[in-house]
Amino acid sequence: MTDAPLALSESLREAVAHDDGFVRVDASGGEWRALARGCAAGLQDFGAIWRDGERVRMMLYDAPAKLRAIVSMALENNAYPSIGQFHAPASRPERALRELQGVTPLDLPDVRNWFDHGAWQQSAPGQIERASKGYTFLPVDGDGLHQIPVGPVHAGIIEPGHFRFTANGETVVRLEERLGYVHKGVEALCTGADIARAARICARISGDSTVAASLAFALAVESALGVEPPFAAQIWRGVMSELERISHHVNDVGAICNDASVVAMQARCTLVREDILQAASVCFGHRLMMDCIAPGGIAFQPAPGAAELIEKLLQRVSEGFEAVVKVYDDMPSLLDRTVTTGIVSQELVNRFAAGGHVGRASGRAFDTRAAFPYAPYREGDVTPCLRKEGDVNARVWVRIEEVRASIALIRSLLSRLQGGPLLAPLPEGRAGEGAAMTEAFRGDFFVQVRIGDDGRIANFHARDASWFQWPLLEAAIEGNIVADFPLCNKSFNCSYSGQDM
Amino acid sequence: MRSLLLRSLLDGPAVIQPPAAGSEALLELAKALGERARNKLGRSLAIREVDAGSCNGCELEIHALNNPVYDVERFGLKFVASPRHADVLLVTGPVTWNMKEALERTYAATPSPKYVVALGDCAANCGVFAGSYACVGPVSAVIPVDLTIPGCPPAPMTILEGMMALVERAS
Repeated sequence: MTDAPLALSESLREAVAHDDGFVRVDASGGEWRALARGCAAGLQDFGAIWRDGERVRMMLYDAPAKLRAIVSMALENNAYPSIGQFHAPASRPERALRELQGVTPLDLPDVRNWFDHGAWQQSAPGQIERASKGYTFLPVDGDGLHQIPVGPVHAGIIEPGHFRFTANGETVVRLEERLGYVHKGVEALCTGADIARAARICARISGDSTVAASLAFALAVESALGVEPPFAAQIWRGVMSELERISHHVNDVGAICNDASVVAMQARCTLVREDILQAASVCFGHRLMMDCIAPGGIAFQPAPGAAELIEKLLQRVSEGFEAVVKVYDDMPSLLDRTVTTGIVSQELVNRFAAGGHVGRASGRAFDTRAAFPYAPYREGDVTPCLRKEGDVNARVWVRIEEVRASIALIRSLLSRLQGGPLLAPLPEGRAGEGAAMTEAFRGDFFVQVRIGDDGRIANFHARDASWFQWPLLEAAIEGNIVADFPLCNKSFNCSYSGQDM
Repeated sequence: MRSLLLRSLLDGPAVIQPPAAGSEALLELAKALGERARNKLGRSLAIREVDAGSCNGCELEIHALNNPVYDVERFGLKFVASPRHADVLLVTGPVTWNMKEALERTYAATPSPKYVVALGDCAANCGVFAGSYACVGPVSAVIPVDLTIPGCPPAPMTILEGMMALVERAS
């Protein structure tokens, strides 16, 4: 059976989006396959896949057409046609779906276990088949090749994961990642939890994106329950999101310089980051702003004078960071390490719909805040910071430009600040479904929730941007020397916990 | 670069006053360590950080310990790349089943005398991840723990208080 590639814009011509901006449609097996082929043909981006009861659902989007959809298909004998057979980016998500939820993605080319390393003492709630302990890495053949296994425990203060390098002398010919070491069963923990508990878990999917994840969860719950968060809370949410973005971008620029042995730059950058975290602690009560966003608004009363304090902070951040940028741009020995290192092609970032600096440094003009603005962002507030080169240097510059843009954005948000309530009550006993996508510092973060009649989470799915960035790190390092891996890795800064959940 | 370095020199140190060793941490350590290994290590501890399942929030704050404000190396606390070089394992996260073996092997690779610090609420009691099929339990369910530093994540000053107590008692 051949199904021609189907464009989302074609299939949804009549459909109306829900309040959360996502169209919801049911698909037949043929339509499902055609949409998957459409992803492979570049007609739309693949965003997420999960199981909800007897249905498998996927999120697809087409940014130029301003379209987002959640496509559902009824499972037949616990099976459905895999997306991965047509479109490689779906492969890892489907491997996870297969083992955790006991569904069979038909014709999925790679069915090796992903999260289940054969160590669990009990099954995941939907799991049918348990994995064995072994894992077969993809074969690499050739003269003079050797392998370098790295991890799961790495040499620094880093999350765990395993990298299997195959090198010819100093040159990496293949990297294969094996992740899942910090899998904590987030979806199962959230299912059946009340909203407050699920919010706390969601805030801890990836600690570095806690604000973005909490915001996505809050937006999804609010649209499911028909709640409008107060205006002042929306503004503070935006301020926290941008502060989170600046704090990580600044830190990453420093860490990349450190990996090129320019330690003084990192010292300067970590000072800027520390300044931001201390200000966050004073203004919002938590250095990482964890649990500060709650469904309905924000969960704290900003400290008196917080706006002025942040205004002064931005001045210091701007000065401190620009001094670093000036040095970065003027230091040939540093640029020698970052320019032309770890190149990712535009074709690959487009195919994988890689979000954040990974996509934008290779010319993919997607930023959730610009493509699908959510409160407090308005149409035109954000223009994606773009580079074409796709190397480490380009990923540094996207960050630099985004720090500058975020500083301006916070100032504009604070100028719109008004007094008023900060938290709207959530109605009790109302069921509903909602989804949301926010722009974390590393890219788009997607959350989907279905709330049951009892007010508890009946179905939960979250997808960090790392899912579609990790595979590209394998591509970025190809042909580079082993010693440049830390630079490439840091320039991506994917989340292990965000992917493993 | 020269102006940046010059500025770093002229600005003076960014470091904060060190906190006193945390009194609760001191008490806990007094119970855990007693007199063992005192004077063996000198006033210096090499720390190997192990993420055994964390959300990476704790790692962010451990990183902060190395920034010029907290600058833990001035207290003789140094993060090392190998457990072979370590006196202390600083473990974060609820220990996942997938990380259990790696944690046990890291512990086995650390020479005695060695101390284990369980950092963060997850390491102490699994935090929000308690009850998951994918988690073994707190760090103490897998290896013996000498000191617990609670918090989600604990702020650098809190971590520093705990570590100062460790220097006081263990060295």
